[in-house]
Amino acid sequence: MEWEVVIGLETHTQLQTKTKQFSSASTAFGAEPNTQACEVSTALPGVLPVLNAEAVKCAIKFGLAIDAEIPLRSVFSRKNYFYPDLPKGYQISQFELPVVGKGKVTIQVPAVGKNAAYEKVINITRAHLEEDAGKSVHDLKSVSALHSAGALQDMSGIDLNRAGTPLLEIVTEPDMRSAAEAVAYAKKLHELVQWIGICDGNMQEGSFRCDVNVSVRPKGTEKLGTRREIKNLNSFKFMQQAIEYETRWQIETLEDGGKIQQATVLFNPGTGETKAMRSKEEANDYRYFPDPDLLPLEVTEADKNAVRALMPELPEVMKARFESEYALSSYDASSLTSSRDLADFFIETVSAGSDAKQAANWVMGSISAKLNVEDKPISASPISPIQLSQLLRRISDNIISKNAAKQIFEAMWLDGGELDAIIEAKGLKQESDSGAIEAIIDEVLAANPAMVEEFKAGKEKAFNALVGQAMKASRGKANPAQVNEILKKKLAA
Amino acid sequence: MALTQADIKRIAHLARIEVNDQEADETITKLTGILGLIEQMQAIDTNDITPMSHSQDAVQRLRPDVVTKTNLREAFQKNAPLLGNGSNEQAIANGLYLVPKVIE
Repeated sequence: MEWEVVIGLETHTQLQTKTKQFSSASTAFGAEPNTQACEVSTALPGVLPVLNAEAVKCAIKFGLAIDAEIPLRSVFSRKNYFYPDLPKGYQISQFELPVVGKGKVTIQVPAVGKNAAYEKVINITRAHLEEDAGKSVHDLKSVSALHSAGALQDMSGIDLNRAGTPLLEIVTEPDMRSAAEAVAYAKKLHELVQWIGICDGNMQEGSFRCDVNVSVRPKGTEKLGTRREIKNLNSFKFMQQAIEYETRWQIETLEDGGKIQQATVLFNPGTGETKAMRSKEEANDYRYFPDPDLLPLEVTEADKNAVRALMPELPEVMKARFESEYALSSYDASSLTSSRDLADFFIETVSAGSDAKQAANWVMGSISAKLNVEDKPISASPISPIQLSQLLRRISDNIISKNAAKQIFEAMWLDGGELDAIIEAKGLKQESDSGAIEAIIDEVLAANPAMVEEFKAGKEKAFNALVGQAMKASRGKANPAQVNEILKKKLAA
Repeated sequence: MALTQADIKRIAHLARIEVNDQEADETITKLTGILGLIEQMQAIDTNDITPMSHSQDAVQRLRPDVVTKTNLREAFQKNAPLLGNGSNEQAIANGLYLVPKVIE
């Protein structure tokens, strides 16, 4: 039997706010344990939540970016469960009425083997505001010296600095049909939330975490199979591996006559396997109800318009503009808009006066290659857009050759320095004085009468050989276009 | 709707409340009374009424995103319970609150 995998994603994005969702305690990462755990974060009796305006703004931005319905009113609910890192005994979330409704994200699925690349629209079910839990520390060996021997063996430590951090949970329809599509969606979403400035996208620090729902069904059938949820994937590579393993496991289980139990599973990067964590039925009874401590959240048309005015140009719009305004290919435009920093770097290079096509080639070529090797983001490029633009202008002004530019680029990348000083110091200035070039060509023609004869006898190759001689005689500095032109003229005479 | 003792035990477990059989029986009577009240309310025609999520007809006020809370860890941790091993040590270490080991 042929099987089809069905995948939906729930992504927790940590919003880039200074304070928590419901209190004005700091959300800065890496502070000493519990130093950012205020009375609301620790759920002391009598405290009340007050919603963060910036978090609401982030949610509206996301809604606008995916062209979603943003209802006038949304409601906060309590999701009840007991865990030591959740001191209130409930998480404030949104249930029936989320802040962002149905929307769409278009993904680009890359080519694999003989399968061509394609685009696909993934439907977003909803996105809702909620708060993060604290962190449990299970290994207390390093702190055990503070207590009597053995006292900490059966203890876990709780750090509530993260408790209450604003999250936007983004939920898709079960629209994805392969690990590749799921990863393409996750990457697209990762890029989008950073692009609109609502999440720093730092997966190591847990700012962007994906839960993946996977089920399989016989190809051609409609009814969804029982799903298992892979929790907390924090890298795209692990996501790919986890989905592939989980899909194989479910198909094998069914083909062996087994049944899939709904469950939450964890991916073990060491073994590459997924393993059930707990069965969902018991844990799933969260007894949601509207939180009486919070009034409904209202988002008016005026609120949306105010946020719309602050929105950056979205990647799709910018891509279309690059194609029309700069005559870039769809591929180039797409690559350049794969991250906002990269797009900004390109735009700055062009607005500093260089040709767009050249700028695109260099940004995606030499610069990206270097960054790749050194595993650095574009923001860490030692060559600024202005410097790159100057370098490109020296080429278009015929002051240096493309080959010389490559050498200069290497030198500037490694040691910095001023462009014109490097050109001077390395003697890379191109000879564009036609008198000087003529003199060189005259010498070359006089020294190579055999080549001249060959050319006159109809051998085109001899022409290239003569150009080579002239370039050599100028120690590579002659402007090749001028050499060609003058040589042609002289041979025709 | 008839509640059973198993229903009560399950609800009590979800809320982490300990109830013995006698308390469960008493709770059945009380909860059945509340459910009766709900049945009465469900008989009312609410078709033309917009549901409310809050008893006040008002909307949420928002707070500017500015840090105003300072570090009060020391004061808060004075409330931490004792370790429970017979010593006088509090269930805190290196700024962490200590709880019985939790492993998924």
